[in-house]
Amino acid sequence: MADLKLTDVKKSFGNVAVLHGIDLDIKHGEFVVLVGASGCGKSTLLRLIAGLDEITSGSMEIGGEEVNGIAPAKRGIAMVFQSYALYPHMSVFKNMAFGLKVTGSDKASIQKKVEQAAKTLGIDHLLKRLPRELSGGQRQRVAIGRAIVRDPKVFLFDEPLSNLDAALRVQTRVEIGKLHKELGATIVYVTHDQVEAMTLGDKIVVMNAGRIEQCGTPLQLYQHPQTLFVAGFIGSPKMNFIEGIVKHISEDCLVLTLSDGTITKAYVDSSGCNLDDVVTFGIRPEHLTEDSSADVSLLATVTLVEQLGEASYLYLTLADGTEMVMRTSGESTTIIGEQVEVGFNPESGHVFDADGGALTRLRAGNTKSVAELAQIKAQLSN
Amino acid sequence: MKIRHDRAKALMVHAVLLTYTLIALFPIWVVIINAFKSRKAIFNDPLALPTADTFSIVGFEEVLLRSEFDVFFSNSMIVTLTSIFFVLLFGAMIAWALTEYKFKGNLLIAVLVAMGIMIPIRLGTVSILQLMSDLNLVNTLTALVLVYIAQGLPLAVYILSEFIRQIPKDLKEAARCDGVGEIKIFFAIIVPLIKPAMATVAVFTMIPIWNDLWFPLILAPSEGNQTITLGVQQFIGQFVTDWNSVLAALTLAILPILVLYLIFSRQLIRGLTSGAVK
Repeated sequence: MADLKLTDVKKSFGNVAVLHGIDLDIKHGEFVVLVGASGCGKSTLLRLIAGLDEITSGSMEIGGEEVNGIAPAKRGIAMVFQSYALYPHMSVFKNMAFGLKVTGSDKASIQKKVEQAAKTLGIDHLLKRLPRELSGGQRQRVAIGRAIVRDPKVFLFDEPLSNLDAALRVQTRVEIGKLHKELGATIVYVTHDQVEAMTLGDKIVVMNAGRIEQCGTPLQLYQHPQTLFVAGFIGSPKMNFIEGIVKHISEDCLVLTLSDGTITKAYVDSSGCNLDDVVTFGIRPEHLTEDSSADVSLLATVTLVEQLGEASYLYLTLADGTEMVMRTSGESTTIIGEQVEVGFNPESGHVFDADGGALTRLRAGNTKSVAELAQIKAQLSN
Repeated sequence: MKIRHDRAKALMVHAVLLTYTLIALFPIWVVIINAFKSRKAIFNDPLALPTADTFSIVGFEEVLLRSEFDVFFSNSMIVTLTSIFFVLLFGAMIAWALTEYKFKGNLLIAVLVAMGIMIPIRLGTVSILQLMSDLNLVNTLTALVLVYIAQGLPLAVYILSEFIRQIPKDLKEAARCDGVGEIKIFFAIIVPLIKPAMATVAVFTMIPIWNDLWFPLILAPSEGNQTITLGVQQFIGQFVTDWNSVLAALTLAILPILVLYLIFSRQLIRGLTSGAVK
């Protein structure tokens, strides 16, 4: 078993504090994705887990053993770098075998392991080539192969797909997902791409400014973001935010007047609210429709249309100047400059208080937690 | 208009370089053509090519048959090759340590190395001679090798540091994650990647050592320890100089250094880091 447990891990470079106390519990076999904007400390956290940087304070355990101050090689981890970091003067075979060779495995077992890993990744015909003779995707696979042969307790991926072109990225993403199912290994994966995060992760950890904002399953983060940051970060295009004032409070809903004067209900836990509180109302672009018969509708002017084919994004401006994006059908004939009535169902709205914390949504989908999902998985495999 | 301008510029540059090449090659050319001429012909017309009448290899006969040319030759080879080997080994090690690790005295060592480039080693000749005589190393090739290592190291460290700095950090970290020890990282990853730089350093180090007359004259002038530049001096007398032999010996001395240069320069061209990282 290779659980990974971080308790109040802090890291500063000189006087600059980069991580301000990270608590994270990763169970054996979980695929955890660290996601966040550039400079939020996600790569730093990965390097701390790898042991390439030393943690300033706190403790880190891999498989129940504290690994503070232990060299990377002895932690039972393998890292796949964004730049692949293949040894340029060694053939693919030697690249993959190098780590095993220096740790003293015998030749026959090295041969066997490397060939097996190469087969899994579909690079067995490339073993004699040098890295410079490979394409980007192939290099990426060799880098993953180099990690696999070492049979580590924890795999660490540092933005492994960001150097690949779009098509290859999707393909490799699927392969990494499959690989995780095959190996059943614990994986910590850093990315800034939230599609990668949503598709790959059992658990997503959203980081912001050196802190964990929220940690949960992809759907939990999507449906129940706990903070304004997570709400804006997960989902693409990002959630629309409109300022609102609480006008009426009842047990299971609030009535808000939005900044453009529209009145809407919001089905959230209203226990902490007072009348005339200023809140932020959030609604995702995909929950807006061009249907004027919807429960609530906003009047807006179209400022830009992006046609993707299967859908179109309309960039809108409300009467008070608030900017919004909506996703509509690809067949929509709306053009720039047009006035549209944009409707939505109040049940799909989010409300955030003045500190950016979310009020619990009462009518959103009932999402299962990481633990529940793991339990179901275990039952299925029995 | 632009193209014409560029061409004119290229022509200018080539003209300057060609002129320089001609000036640099001229003495060597004179040495080589005169090595194949009779003594009389050398003095009659030093710039003429050897003709059927003036052709003579008496100098080569003298050098190869009647002097200890083979001893001088092997001394020079031993001194040069040993010095290059240690300059490259220690130079790369120091460069790696200075660029990769933070430790006390890092800056001090870096400054000392930089001073080594600026201050000519010959200024210390007297103390070096004293030191060598205290160590009982006078008249040995070891003395020469030691001095040449010291002479070659600063530039080697300087050049190799620059190259080591260019090696992507990820490579070293990947190796560390792979469980590779620091010494192994140096020999199995760093050294292969800085081979082109090491070849450059080898060429820069080799030529002054091979051509040096100063230190062999002072530290190892005895029979049996003379290097080729010193050995040639025996043909230069106070009253009579055997020009045929001097020129023949110098011509022969060019060959090994030329061969070494060709070996190293093959490495110079190769860019080895391609394919490591995108």
